[in-house]
Amino acid sequence: MTDLPPDTAPLRVSVWRGAKAGAFETFDVPMQESQTVLDLVAWIQQNADPTLAYRYACRVGMCGSCAMMVNGVPRWTCRTHVSKVMRGGTVQVAPLRNLPVIKDLAVDMDPFFDKWTEAGGAFFPTKSRADAVEPILPETPARQEADAAIECINCAVCYAACDVVSANPDYLGPAALNRAWSLVNDVKDGALDARLTAVSGAGGCHNCHSQQGCVAHCPNELNPTASIAGLKRATVRAALRGKS
Amino acid sequence: MKSHRNHPLWFAFALHRASGLLLALFLPAHFWVLSYALNDAAALDGFLEWTDYTVVKIAEFGLVFLLAVHMFGGLRLMALEWLPWSPHQKTYAAGAVAASFCLSTLFFLSAV
Ligand code: SF4
Ligand code: SF4
Ligand code: FES
Repeated sequence: MTDLPPDTAPLRVSVWRGAKAGAFETFDVPMQESQTVLDLVAWIQQNADPTLAYRYACRVGMCGSCAMMVNGVPRWTCRTHVSKVMRGGTVQVAPLRNLPVIKDLAVDMDPFFDKWTEAGGAFFPTKSRADAVEPILPETPARQEADAAIECINCAVCYAACDVVSANPDYLGPAALNRAWSLVNDVKDGALDARLTAVSGAGGCHNCHSQQGCVAHCPNELNPTASIAGLKRATVRAALRGKS
Repeated sequence: MKSHRNHPLWFAFALHRASGLLLALFLPAHFWVLSYALNDAAALDGFLEWTDYTVVKIAEFGLVFLLAVHMFGGLRLMALEWLPWSPHQKTYAAGAVAASFCLSTLFFLSAV
């Protein structure tokens, strides 16, 4: 980052302070070239108010820990350039939607990850270390479905974008269901029927309205709606076979 | 409107929901009027005379649009859920609105 000319007006950044109850507080942050929204938050914490709580780790779009609502839209803040989201010299940063706020910009991710477990997100191996490694052919249709769903960084951007999650707190949500779909297509996994049962309950895949808010906002360009549509078909097929 | 909803397929969802609700309100009234065909033909004719008014014709145009957009939009969603995934959902949603508009305009032109 390089400094812009000294007469460049600072950005007005309003940041959520507090937990569920709280208010926005506005800070003037010097503008810099190629600045990200995470840079703004870090500048405030380092220069204006060290008590500001937020979360990040990698700063390069890999760890999925820096997601926040930026001007009302869920985004990975370390890869979001200020120039892209600034509105008339102001930016609003708030904690992710649909998750309990711990403090300021840090949310409690537990409900999000609990739902991964509930959706059967753990891999069940079918072989031991004594068996030969199973060859996986990249061109098979199942592997291509699994590959399309696998690059998730657990950032919960899709979860924050989903209106069904807000309406139904039991809904497993796009990321957990997307994970389940990648395992449904994994030939090495041995828990297919249990997983299809897990994703077809009251909070399961059939709640999805296919609005594709998750797809519109996923920073890794994944398609949870397509994964969920796959689960809907797979669960109905399993029900017809009398399996779930 | 909340910013996270500002994308075309959310509008497609909202249109599908709104058209469904409006049709659910309209259909009971529609069947009630139709019931006159069975037990009071004169009253039915009285209602049908209304359809000569331009404003009623415009309302009918709206109604045909709602029916068509709910049907085409519903077909898109059924295809999305039951057929192999297609990445052209925005195009299909726009196509559903365009086809419904054409259909209701044709209906309107034949009614005036
Ligand atoms: S498509 Fe389904 S999972 Fe994705 S945002 Fe919409 S309701 Fe949520
Ligand atoms: S599917 Fe996309 S938006 Fe959702 S958690 Fe994974 S990477 Fe983030
Ligand atoms: S800090 Fe790791 S993804 Fe943003």
